[in-house]
Amino acid sequence: MTRAIDVRELRKSFGRTEVLAGIDIAVEAGTIFALLGPNGAGKTTLINILSTLVKPDSGTATVAGFDVATQPDLVRGMIALTGQSAAVDEVFTGEENLRMMGRLFGLGRVAAASRGRELIAQFGLEDAARKRVKTYSGGMRRRLDIALSLIVPSPVLFLDEPTTGLDPRSRLELWDVIRALKSDGTTVLLTTQYLEEADQLADHIAMINEGRVIVEGSPAALKAATGGEVVELRGPDDELVREIPTDGTIAGLRRALDELDDSGERGSVTVRKPSLDDVFLTLTAGTPVRELTAPELIDAKG
Amino acid sequence: MTALSTTPRPRLPFGTEEVQFIKRSIIFTLRTPEVMVMAIALPVMLMLLFTFVFGGAIDSGGDYVNYVVPGIILLCAGFGASSIAVDVAKDLHTGIIERFRTMRIRSWAVLTGHVVSSLVRNLVATAVVIGVALAVGFRPVGSPTEWLAAIGVIALWILSITYLYAAIGLAAGSEGAASGYGFALLFLPYISSAFVPVSTLPSWLQWVAQHQPVTPIVETIRGLLMHTPLGNEPLYAVIWCAVILLIAVAWGTIMFRRKAGRR
Repeated sequence: MTRAIDVRELRKSFGRTEVLAGIDIAVEAGTIFALLGPNGAGKTTLINILSTLVKPDSGTATVAGFDVATQPDLVRGMIALTGQSAAVDEVFTGEENLRMMGRLFGLGRVAAASRGRELIAQFGLEDAARKRVKTYSGGMRRRLDIALSLIVPSPVLFLDEPTTGLDPRSRLELWDVIRALKSDGTTVLLTTQYLEEADQLADHIAMINEGRVIVEGSPAALKAATGGEVVELRGPDDELVREIPTDGTIAGLRRALDELDDSGERGSVTVRKPSLDDVFLTLTAGTPVRELTAPELIDAKG
Repeated sequence: MTALSTTPRPRLPFGTEEVQFIKRSIIFTLRTPEVMVMAIALPVMLMLLFTFVFGGAIDSGGDYVNYVVPGIILLCAGFGASSIAVDVAKDLHTGIIERFRTMRIRSWAVLTGHVVSSLVRNLVATAVVIGVALAVGFRPVGSPTEWLAAIGVIALWILSITYLYAAIGLAAGSEGAASGYGFALLFLPYISSAFVPVSTLPSWLQWVAQHQPVTPIVETIRGLLMHTPLGNEPLYAVIWCAVILLIAVAWGTIMFRRKAGRR
């Protein structure tokens, strides 16, 4: 397999703030790669560098075989980006947005219109196709925004927090779209704050905190890395009373149960596999420079 | 979907971006009628105000309508052009310019679209203002050639301040700030020969009025349409416009590059 994205020792500072502190990632072609991390971790800056918006201070990055610093024009010919804010024209209709972008992606007038109609149908925007985007809900805008990046097939697609602000149903639908892109051969690099999203979609995850990759691997490998199962005690309404991580051994499990017993708390006991939340919490708990605040963690859990 | 290409998408045929972005900006103008209404209604109101309300009190030694219309035309141009600052700031803010930047296109053309649309919009507004002026008694004496020259000077002025406002829009952090900065420049016509002869101003203001771009431009239009003495005014007018245009394009280019990836 070849690498669609290759990032080595990438650094970027804005003023005195070091946003990327030497990042290395390698994304295999035709896979979905998730950058996972809290706000301010450097995810967007990395996407901005890879999509040629920002120049790195040092290090190298290639996308689809082209260097982002020295061949930005060629990189642009291989990628599509849907950024964090909905980059759509509000006074235009959904159809008009797609048509204009189609022309800018090099389609002829007729091709741009028919490709627009296909995407309108694929993203369930038929009823709104001729309405101005101003009247769209947040979810509809997001879907249009992503559709705009799919007008022509791009070998590499960047999605910066694609499902932020979407309702659960739209999120599931979008996940299906992203999986379909992968089966067409597109390499997808997405950022997310949602551990579940990375778990569901990605072949490979890099957790980023303070401009560094703190851990990376497949979702299964990451979960395995935190060790063992977690013992949960749940109350009468199935609310979580306590969680005790174990080291994965029977003795460890017994210790966890003893601990629960000693605490005198009542409820039903279950044993579950570790989640990515556990990985994330374990790994970020030890970072002294900037601790994650409780609201950020709640955010991250979605 | 077709199979993924291993070679980059080609560049677009020359001019494709410009055509698309000009279309985009013109549709945008047509669908935000308040911009057009402001660009036309305000100068028309001002003209009626100056001719009917103040006209009797201001003695410029002649028919005041004939004196004031060139100034109103310039005011109108300034008013209409300033809205480009908000349009540009908005495009930066929504991230649409970022999307264009990641595509293999000349993303700078998005500004060309706004500029051309602004030029067209302001020329239309100018035509309306001149029409209203004729209705309230403006009696120009210029020949067709002189009219053409006057329109050329007006277009050049609109072009240069449109670019200036586009740069202001790029430099401003937000749409609100963009409209705020825009206002500052709108006072220029008042401190010029647009509404009253410079000689009636306090002496320190006379210096300002004589050394700012609006006065030579107004005097040029007045000379061409009303046959007042032209002197060197057309030369100064063109130099002023060229200097503003040059500075604005250079500043805009720098700001456009600097704002990449920052919102």
